Amino acid sequence: MNDKRVLGKIQNPQERIKNFSEVELGYTKEEALKEANRCLQCINPRCVKGCPVGIMIPEFIKYIKEDNIEKAYEVISKSSSLPAICGRVCPQEKQCEGMCIKGLKGDAISIGALERYVADIALKNNFTSVKNIKKNNKKVAIVGSGPSGLTCAGELAKKGYNVVIYEILQKPGGVLTYGIPEFRLPKSIVEKEIESLKKLGVEIKCDVLVGNSITIDDLSKEYDAVFLGTGAGLPKFMGIPGEEANGVFSANEILTRINLMKAYKEEAKTPIKKAKKAYVIGGGNVAMDAVRSLKRLGVDAHIMYRRSEEELPARKMEVYHAKEEGIIFDLLTNPKEILMDEFNNVIGMNVINMILTEPGEDGRRGVIEDEKSIHKVDCDMVVMALGTSPNHSALKDTEINLSEKGLIVVEESKTSHDKVYAGGDAVTGAATVILAMEAGKKAAHQIMEELK
Amino acid sequence: MYKVLYNKKISVNSYEMAIIAPHIIEKFIPGQFIIIMAYEDSERIPLTVYDYDKEKGIIYLIYQVVGASTLELSNIKKEIFSISGPLGNGNEICLNPNNYREKRICYVAGGVGIAPVYPQIKYLNELGLKVDVIYGAKNVGLLLIRQKIEKVVNKIRYATDDGSFGTKGFVTDILEKYINDYDIVVAIGPVIMMKNIVDVTNKHNVKSIVSMNPLMVDGSGMCGACRCEVDGKVKFACIHGPEFPGDKVNFDLALKRMNIYKEEEKEKLDLINKKLGGKKDE
Ligand SMILES: Cc1cc2nc3c(=O)[nH]c(=O)nc-3n(C[C@H](O)[C@H](O)[C@H](O)COP(=O)(O)OP(=O)(O)OC[C@H]3O[C@@H](n4cnc5c(N)ncnc54)[C@H](O)[C@@H]3O)c2cc1C
Ligand code: FES
Repeated sequence: MNDKRVLGKIQNPQERIKNFSEVELGYTKEEALKEANRCLQCINPRCVKGCPVGIMIPEFIKYIKEDNIEKAYEVISKSSSLPAICGRVCPQEKQCEGMCIKGLKGDAISIGALERYVADIALKNNFTSVKNIKKNNKKVAIVGSGPSGLTCAGELAKKGYNVVIYEILQKPGGVLTYGIPEFRLPKSIVEKEIESLKKLGVEIKCDVLVGNSITIDDLSKEYDAVFLGTGAGLPKFMGIPGEEANGVFSANEILTRINLMKAYKEEAKTPIKKAKKAYVIGGGNVAMDAVRSLKRLGVDAHIMYRRSEEELPARKMEVYHAKEEGIIFDLLTNPKEILMDEFNNVIGMNVINMILTEPGEDGRRGVIEDEKSIHKVDCDMVVMALGTSPNHSALKDTEINLSEKGLIVVEESKTSHDKVYAGGDAVTGAATVILAMEAGKKAAHQIMEELK
Repeated sequence: MYKVLYNKKISVNSYEMAIIAPHIIEKFIPGQFIIIMAYEDSERIPLTVYDYDKEKGIIYLIYQVVGASTLELSNIKKEIFSISGPLGNGNEICLNPNNYREKRICYVAGGVGIAPVYPQIKYLNELGLKVDVIYGAKNVGLLLIRQKIEKVVNKIRYATDDGSFGTKGFVTDILEKYINDYDIVVAIGPVIMMKNIVDVTNKHNVKSIVSMNPLMVDGSGMCGACRCEVDGKVKFACIHGPEFPGDKVNFDLALKRMNIYKEEEKEKLDLINKKLGGKKDE
């Protein structure tokens, strides 16, 4: 039996660090068939339990084996609204693939790559699972156009609701548009998903800051229901000395300049700071995206993370690709102070080595500082990728209950405000695309239930 | 896309632009700002709304051509790609006018700082609060919209660097002289001017408000480019400001942070000059 997974083609690391095109090129038909044939079609599939939205994985893989991609897509569409995106960005090793029985002895089935294969063909051929929408007279407003908002909109529109999305940025997509880089998630895919929503009749109003341009109270008067999918966009800083230096950025700023404003293109009008050597502080997907973007701009790009490789929260694949691209990982290290010259420009950092402690009650290993280990590193850029917290600009002048951590409190997707629902990162704190999508979908069904 | 009614030169380096953008104006409170993009691939630039017509949904902007992006904006004729807002918070006095009815208020504007000052004094005038204004510029040609301002203020004093109009000297010179007439000073203009004004108000223990204009990208609290230090704490000008108590702002840091993209900015200016040389928006 063949226990090695089929690896799809990827761009050569030496080449790809000079461009922003997609790293993974996706399966060919032969590759997909070969990989699909590795699937054991378990009667009690563990993978499905690992999938946050319960996609019937063996079933769609069976259709790939039969080369019936339209059917495979139909199966996926029953549970997921954004498969071309999730196939690319889900942390599969912690979800479906992490549960796959084949993974016990060899390689798990490459479920993410197969999902992407199906979804890309579907996008190319405009397969659609909805026909003949009968419009009703109910109106729903959606705040924020990230995966939760887009999914909520799609579910409602398919059932005939009139949906308007409000978004502050000039382009919809949320993190998919401003955060995750082109080389991991081509913007043409996000645009296609958004186009198909528009075809369902969803209207998108950009440039509108809910809370300022219009309040939630206004919306709840004008619409039958309101969904808040405003995400967790507020960047965190460390609060260490020197953070005010010129050359210290949030990962969000670097990524927004690059992805939303296209600063990586020579002809772009939005600048990005040129640097020789940069440290990106953090170990999640955001840190990987920032460090790999900087590498592509010719920067000597490092990750600095206070725990060890094992604890890196990023997708395994991103860490692997980052290493292939020559990113240097300074693990078990943490900044203490950022050093600057008389013009306020970053010239280095004082950093300290960290020691892992035994796992605490949450199972996560803590760290303590090795006090004698403070030393200096040179650099001219420091990028903070320490996580984000919800930004409740939308809640201005509106009473909505928040938890102690500042998250929107919901019960059955509903907030404390009559007619107002919420989901995604604004409710959970920074999480994943698939969970945001699921939350959007659940809220849509709850809204339909209550508006019946 | 938003329709541009006109975009005309009003001084050597300043332009006035009228745009149809009702979403900006419905809830606008003076002190707030907007972010504008000339084309789909343009930079997002923060500007202030200096006047508006609620009924017709028209907003008026005044901006100075200072770099690549404002140069590009000045060439727009028919429509602009994006205008988002209103962003940030309204001015404290405009938000709570009744708390200030008994106060003696002075506004200080430097250069195009008059663009954010004008809607505030006009708004307060409509509510029956007449304020004094000190308005300074390099020379008389750079003193904008004088007639409009004079209609809505109590007393206005001018300063020009070259003495071509009003007092020869800086707005700070005038403020020094009259500071004891006031309970609160609102200063909007170049950072260095606001810093100097706050030196004066601090010396005389007079309350001050300033409007910070750091670099911005999204204007919604997502990137942190607009970080300022206020009262020893990090604040994002776009969501916590743009106005802050003058005596709490770290102006020296704000001045240094303005230079972050100095070199990159030069390259972009060349790029846009080259582009505009080729074709203009017709
Ligand atoms: C760089 C980066 C990489 C990531 N990589 C992965 C990955 O590989 N895999 C994965 O599963 N997850 C990843 N994530 C996490 C994932 O993207 C998020 O969990 C997900 O996007 C959350 O979706 P959302 O709909 O809740 O919010 P968001 O995607 O954050 O969208 C919120 C939207 O609301 C808008 N908004 C906010 N306030 C207002 C307002 N007042 N008025 C109008 N509009 C408003 C915002 O502008 C934004 O467009 C990553 C995140 C980042 C930042
Ligand atoms: S401009 Fe991005 S946070 Fe203020």
